[in-house]
Amino acid sequence: MVNWGYTITRVRRVDIDSNDMSYSRKLLAEFPELQSCIACGSCTATCTAGNLTKFNVRKLQTLVRRGEYEGVRKELEKCMLCGKCRLVCPRGINIRGLVQKLKKELPVK
Amino acid sequence: MKIAWKEYQKDIADDNYFYARSCIRQNFFPGSEAAFLNILRQDLGRDVYEDPRHTSCTGIGYHSDIVPLETIMTVVARQFSLMTEAGYENFVPSCITSFGIYSEALELWHDFPELEEKAHEYLYKATGREFKKPKNLAHTSDVIYHHREEIAAKAKRKLVNVETGRPLRGVEHIGCHYAKIFPKAGVGGSEFPYVLAGMIEAWGGEVVDYPERRHCCGFGFRNYLVMANRGYSIANSKQKFESMAPYKPDFIVANCPGCAMFLDKWQYAISEMEGTFYGPDRQGIPVLTYEELAGLVLGYDPWDLGMQMHQVAVEPLLDKLGVEYDPSAKYLGKDGKFIGKPEECAIGSYTKNIL
Ligand code: SF4
Ligand code: SF4
Repeated sequence: MVNWGYTITRVRRVDIDSNDMSYSRKLLAEFPELQSCIACGSCTATCTAGNLTKFNVRKLQTLVRRGEYEGVRKELEKCMLCGKCRLVCPRGINIRGLVQKLKKELPVK
Repeated sequence: MKIAWKEYQKDIADDNYFYARSCIRQNFFPGSEAAFLNILRQDLGRDVYEDPRHTSCTGIGYHSDIVPLETIMTVVARQFSLMTEAGYENFVPSCITSFGIYSEALELWHDFPELEEKAHEYLYKATGREFKKPKNLAHTSDVIYHHREEIAAKAKRKLVNVETGRPLRGVEHIGCHYAKIFPKAGVGGSEFPYVLAGMIEAWGGEVVDYPERRHCCGFGFRNYLVMANRGYSIANSKQKFESMAPYKPDFIVANCPGCAMFLDKWQYAISEMEGTFYGPDRQGIPVLTYEELAGLVLGYDPWDLGMQMHQVAVEPLLDKLGVEYDPSAKYLGKDGKFIGKPEECAIGSYTKNIL
């Protein structure tokens, strides 16, 4: 194969058509309130772990809902389970509960 | 909806055009500009004037942060002064980058009249010239679109597969600087650009709608000009090819020199880099300019249209259209002399299957 000094950049686009959405669908069936998330980011803004690291809980749960699971389980280990996210969520979503569930169910990838 | 559609139509002058050529098209698709002039003058009987003193609009330098705004405004003013001197009012640039630049200058001068004053002053100080703004600014694809029904009436062939009798499927790709910077400057705005789709439909073809239809080709000037960024440039085209390939298009038509060039050349690059082909039988999807498409419809010889300059072999499309061509004349110039031939490669070589 020819090498012209550059490669074809891998597209970092979330492609719902080709992603495996089976776990995402199961999660939403068991955790339906997640669908009311308005992506305000309050959970991330108040997050204790997020203040110290690049941990972003809104991003992680959004990725999982879109069938992007890679690296999520490992990232979730940063959560301190303090529960502040749950207190501030304007939609009353139990984010800490979600984190615990994902830590149990998502394979380490 | 109807009201919105009406709002996104533009006035396109019917005759008496001042033509401004494109720098890069003369290298990439050298036959297309000649085809535009021949179609307008000979087939449609319109008056088109061009001035050899016309220069590059310097748009690529401007978008690469090399040419400052004041300079490019003065260059634009000079082009307009040539038009004014020749007594024309309808400015027709052949390049989409230039079209974006002229639209930008006119918009800036409208919103900030002091900038227009400056352009008059700089031009006068530098050259002693004066200018009037054009009454009508239309891209060459707008002009072909404007005459599409007249071209259809004179057509020698339709965009139909001669073997199956079915309309050929065309992907239309609109340059970002045509519709996305100043949506009102283009036919159909940025969401529903109709300039090329209108041609395909008028000439009997079928327009392919696919998910990445409005995605950029990835040229983007500095995306390509810096070698380290080319992986990003090619990734954009690849995303489009992957999205359009399942719809099995027979051809792609683009109205921007950069898009036509990159959609053509990147297919070659992808085939060499990773062995992927987006057409059947290790072929690519032929990429045409709208002049080439109009020329084929009007019965022009494909080699006179400059189609031997394409990276993706165009013969599969010519066969579907029933165009008679002489394979041995492909690399002969106007004077019958050999013009050179690219090295053999899968996507650029074509041998007709004889069953
Ligand atoms: S429970 Fe976890 S995710 Fe929620 S605020 Fe605390 S550290 Fe952040
Ligand atoms: S605070 Fe609640 S609504 Fe806001 S982003 Fe987090 S989960 Fe969604």
